[in-house]
Amino acid sequence: MLRTRGQTQAVLLASPSLSRGGEGGDGVALGQGSRSRFGETHPHTRLPREGEGAFSWVLGLMRAILFSLAFFTTTSPALAAINILSTTPEWGALATEIGGDKVTVYVATTALQDVHHVEAKPSLVARARNADLLIATGADLEIGWLPVLQRESSNRKIQDGNPGYFEASRALNLLEVPANTDRSMGDVHPFGNPHIHLDPRNLLKVASALAQRLAEIDSASKASFESRNKSFQERMSEAIKRWESAAAPLKGSPVVVHHQDQKYLLHWLGMKEVAALEAKPGIPPSTGHLSDLLQTMQREPAKLILRSAYNDPKPSNWLAERSKIPVITLPYTIGGSVNAKDLFSLFDDNINKLLAGIKQ
Amino acid sequence: MKRTLIASAVAAMFCVSPGVWADDMQDIRNEIKEIRDSYEARIKNLEDRLKAAEAKALEPQAQAPVSKPAASTASFNPGIGLILSGFYKNLEKDPGTYAIAGFMPSGGEVGPGERGFSLSESELNVFANIDPYFYGQLTAALSPENEVSVEEAFFKTLALPAGLSLKGGRFFSSIGYLNEIHAHAWDFVDQPLAYQAFLGGQYGQNGLQAKWLAPTPVFVEFGIEGGNGQNFPGIARNKNGSNGGAGFVHVGDDIGESISWRAGLSYLYHRVKGREFSDESGTFGGLTNRFDGKSKVMIADGVLKWAPNGNPKDTYFKFQGEYFKRKETGELAFDINGDPLANPFAGATSAYSSSQSGWYLQGVYKFLSQWRVGLRYDELDSGTPKIGLVGQSDSATGIAISDDDFSGLKKFKPKRLSAMVDWNPTEFSRIRLQYAQDKARRDITDNQIFIQYIYSLGAHGAHKF
Repeated sequence: MLRTRGQTQAVLLASPSLSRGGEGGDGVALGQGSRSRFGETHPHTRLPREGEGAFSWVLGLMRAILFSLAFFTTTSPALAAINILSTTPEWGALATEIGGDKVTVYVATTALQDVHHVEAKPSLVARARNADLLIATGADLEIGWLPVLQRESSNRKIQDGNPGYFEASRALNLLEVPANTDRSMGDVHPFGNPHIHLDPRNLLKVASALAQRLAEIDSASKASFESRNKSFQERMSEAIKRWESAAAPLKGSPVVVHHQDQKYLLHWLGMKEVAALEAKPGIPPSTGHLSDLLQTMQREPAKLILRSAYNDPKPSNWLAERSKIPVITLPYTIGGSVNAKDLFSLFDDNINKLLAGIKQ
Repeated sequence: MKRTLIASAVAAMFCVSPGVWADDMQDIRNEIKEIRDSYEARIKNLEDRLKAAEAKALEPQAQAPVSKPAASTASFNPGIGLILSGFYKNLEKDPGTYAIAGFMPSGGEVGPGERGFSLSESELNVFANIDPYFYGQLTAALSPENEVSVEEAFFKTLALPAGLSLKGGRFFSSIGYLNEIHAHAWDFVDQPLAYQAFLGGQYGQNGLQAKWLAPTPVFVEFGIEGGNGQNFPGIARNKNGSNGGAGFVHVGDDIGESISWRAGLSYLYHRVKGREFSDESGTFGGLTNRFDGKSKVMIADGVLKWAPNGNPKDTYFKFQGEYFKRKETGELAFDINGDPLANPFAGATSAYSSSQSGWYLQGVYKFLSQWRVGLRYDELDSGTPKIGLVGQSDSATGIAISDDDFSGLKKFKPKRLSAMVDWNPTEFSRIRLQYAQDKARRDITDNQIFIQYIYSLGAHGAHKF
């Protein structure tokens, strides 16, 4: 199927009337800043100006479609590259680690967005339309928008149950699977805590599952995916050893979190989550709950208050000021801090920040 | 001799015993080791259990095997969701007299509803992927009058190639922006006046929709719909084929990280046969007229959402507006139930054409994670319809027809300004206060206050953009 598409594109490339070579770049849109490049570089897709009649609006639209078509077909870097849409930056990075130049990755969200609350925006629907593989965390993390995105995409490849839909959380056991769920408990996830990527050992499992899936989609590149996965496993396993020994002083440190999204990191490093600013998952911290927390912290102070890059900083700052417990912002995912540029530097940064934090 | 014997026996014993003793020692050592190992194992076991207990206390979870069932909506039970909603309304003017002046009554959901406490429709949603090829959804509305109506019941294809999809059954048409959105997700208590006047609130299709999503990095979507056209501005007809056609195009994208937008153009066409409506005649009093002809509605819509870094959790701003234009041409039959002796024009038909427009603009600002405020302005322009009968007179009785005999259609510009604030403890509950100054009726200003609750129980289907 992929090869057929590649051939079609080759034909289109050869046609001078459709070719708009030179524009666009390498097509790998990963991380912040590059996400909306396609949209921005397109002068024909502006909203119509006041005074433009309906007719010229339609004409403009048709022009936009034609140009976009040409644009799209000429900017895929490798002809048969697997077009991947990843819901979050970490899976996008992992897909690039395993896929290399055999994949083109577009990431739907940034580290500054709360992935529970994203919307199935038109730009994402357009991306989902052309994806060969949709990578999601699963476990209901993206429940608020992903089902709509899949349905609206009119793309059969990425529907549930197809090889083109991959859920990272299926590769491992989740923490905090509740025995029963009721919304009175807040926005609990019935399948367990879905913020799995912050334990790097989970990345190893997801990477292997992803390599297998990529090979299923593009069997010709199986060897490449396998060798890249092997290399990733080696590098990551080594890094894990390094991180674990570096993080030894963190063991047992009690911390307060904003939302239960750092659970896997804390679990891995043997740190203790003693409280959360959200009284119940997903419910914004109330002043009442914060005052209670403050009293508890004055009795039994935690070592650190942690928040993720996308969290509202006000509640954690409030508690930090009054309890005199240092607060640190962890990147949560790639792009959440200046240093967290890939999966490796993400953990470097996490551990450096935690170590620096407990020394305060 | 005896001593020697004993000595030799002892010697023999000693000779033998080192080996025997060594074995015993080994046994004893082994035994001790076993005991130690067993104790160590038991201690380790206890330690492990303690650790596990600690871990469990820290994280109350059950470790499921990796081969657990699918963590998605693809379970065998469909998602079931329920919306509960109700009002308290304080309406200055009698809602019984409500009509949008200048416009043929749509017979749909028009006006602010009843005074005092009232229940809104309870909405029951059942949805699931049917198989790898289809998705299905039912939305049933339980009315406060104890009736059940099917708001939506449709299938949608999941596996058509080339960006195509087909939807069939009863569904809210994809024309405009708000038309597809269910009442519980509206940003105000009621629909804009334009929706009430031109579409009877919300236009529902009983038919088919085909959509094509272009393979472009910019969102471009085309769709056409065909249906039985039984809902206003159409009317049920005893006829084969499609009786209500619609077409739309939607375009959308992001501007940087923080802004997303969608814009659209839609067109709705009906052949109307037998749209009867009541009117007030200056000469003959209350009567019933009938319109037969063509009705064309054009809608231009746009929505723009801003959130810092694209994260709408704590702050966002949503700006939306739609412009409607409707042209209706055909014949108008006057006083169809009238007595020819009292009204010489009873049953007389003449040419009719109207060109009417309307628009609204609204902004909603989420200024705290649980609070939003919104402002909306509505305006319609009925224009002056061309009615052939106006200006004609009956020579026998001397009765002349003027535009006062079509008082409901006389030119008027209904206006309304609404402001709301709502509190959303979670995404599943909302309590709203809305104030509106409604000037939809001729020479009447109605000050309206609404308090509304909306609760969402169970599985909640994700919303569209």
